[in-house]
Amino acid sequence: MLAALRCIVYRDLLLALRRRSDVATALLFFIIVASLFPLGIGAEPNLLRSIAPGVIWVAALLSSMLSLGRLFAADYADGTLEQILLGAAPLGAVVAAKALAHWLVSGLPLVLIAPVLALQYDLALPLFWVLSLSLLIGTPVLSMIGAIGAALTLGLRGGGVLLSLLVLPLYVPVLIIGAGSVDMAAAGLAPDAQLLLLAAMLITAAAFAPWAVAAALRISIE
Amino acid sequence: MSTDSLKWLWYASPQTFYPLAGILARGCAVAAAVLAVIGLYIGFFVAPTDAQQGEAYRIIFIHVPAAWMSMFLYVVMAFWAAIGLAFNTRLSGMMATALAPTGALFTFVALWTGALWGKPTWGTWWVWDARLTSELILLFLYLGFMALQAAIDEPRRADRAGAVLAIVGVINIPIIYYSVEWWNTLHQGASVSLKSAPSMAATMFAGMIVMAAAFWMYSIAVTLVRVRCIILERE
Repeated sequence: MLAALRCIVYRDLLLALRRRSDVATALLFFIIVASLFPLGIGAEPNLLRSIAPGVIWVAALLSSMLSLGRLFAADYADGTLEQILLGAAPLGAVVAAKALAHWLVSGLPLVLIAPVLALQYDLALPLFWVLSLSLLIGTPVLSMIGAIGAALTLGLRGGGVLLSLLVLPLYVPVLIIGAGSVDMAAAGLAPDAQLLLLAAMLITAAAFAPWAVAAALRISIE
Repeated sequence: MSTDSLKWLWYASPQTFYPLAGILARGCAVAAAVLAVIGLYIGFFVAPTDAQQGEAYRIIFIHVPAAWMSMFLYVVMAFWAAIGLAFNTRLSGMMATALAPTGALFTFVALWTGALWGKPTWGTWWVWDARLTSELILLFLYLGFMALQAAIDEPRRADRAGAVLAIVGVINIPIIYYSVEWWNTLHQGASVSLKSAPSMAATMFAGMIVMAAAFWMYSIAVTLVRVRCIILERE
């Protein structure tokens, strides 16, 4: 079973590598959205410092949502998904592997580029770690929850907008706790509680989301 | 025992439920009208004027029951959705579909009357209070559920996809509520709190309970009428 999962992660990564522009688009979107806020709000350093965690987190949310549509769409279009459903590997595990691959392609780059954006927003250096760590723990949760929405909207008219309507309200707790951890650190307090809560969400999502995604895929395919 | 359960299952079929729903809907609609008249009478004429908030507080006779129903209906919707998913019964999915618009309506009414109440009392239409924010997100969840069902042409798939979403949503509601409440205390402190409101007079409470019962009956009536329409459409 592990071999099958490794194979799926490897395959999805390879596919992403062959179509690098898709990955780059989501990342660019993240950078551009985060860069637009100072232009709209004004470049007053104190203001920027106070909105930075929220803005970067919201940008990460939107960017990871943009790439969700691709999670199952291509496999659905060429029939691979049906083969996976018929195959011997448990669907929940396959889905978890696909979500992991999605995170490696769309979440991890955000985590790596976030410190650069934090520089733009003049965040204090110790906060970089908290921001990156919160994104590192939080973005996989986004991939997991997003996979549920992607599976439900598979092959529907206006899938993209519908997907955001379904998924964004469910993202709220991750946004609050994730941005809250940086705020907490900025206020000079230990952000441990928020980071642990994020980790708890990650574990909960990892345990239950694949199950829901599998159910949703079965409904969408039949 | 087996005959009892058979009697219940008898109504699980849309065909047999259709006439029953008609009778129940009529009864509940009458009950809702009577209770609403009693509740509004208590609210406008019997309940005393609030010492601090004046007459403006009287909107709570609409606001509080609407907020209760908005949350309760989501749970009921998720319950029917789960039943439908587990037992593959057609009627359960129809119930969930029929409940969603009423739930969304009550959520909207709760938000709207809350704004009308907030303006004279708090001096602002909207605050990012934990309850207001989670009520707003609840409205988004309802709208997402309805949008998903509207986007799927095949009714059975719509029912089951909506069911998965409703169940995921109902698991998330407590998480959303507590995270928002926590965020609220982190960001702005307790500037406005509903919890510090003075304990209310018995007549006010009675008025609210009667109005809640009226809204409950109204929800049942409207949902059953909508279920009848869905049955006619599909069967």
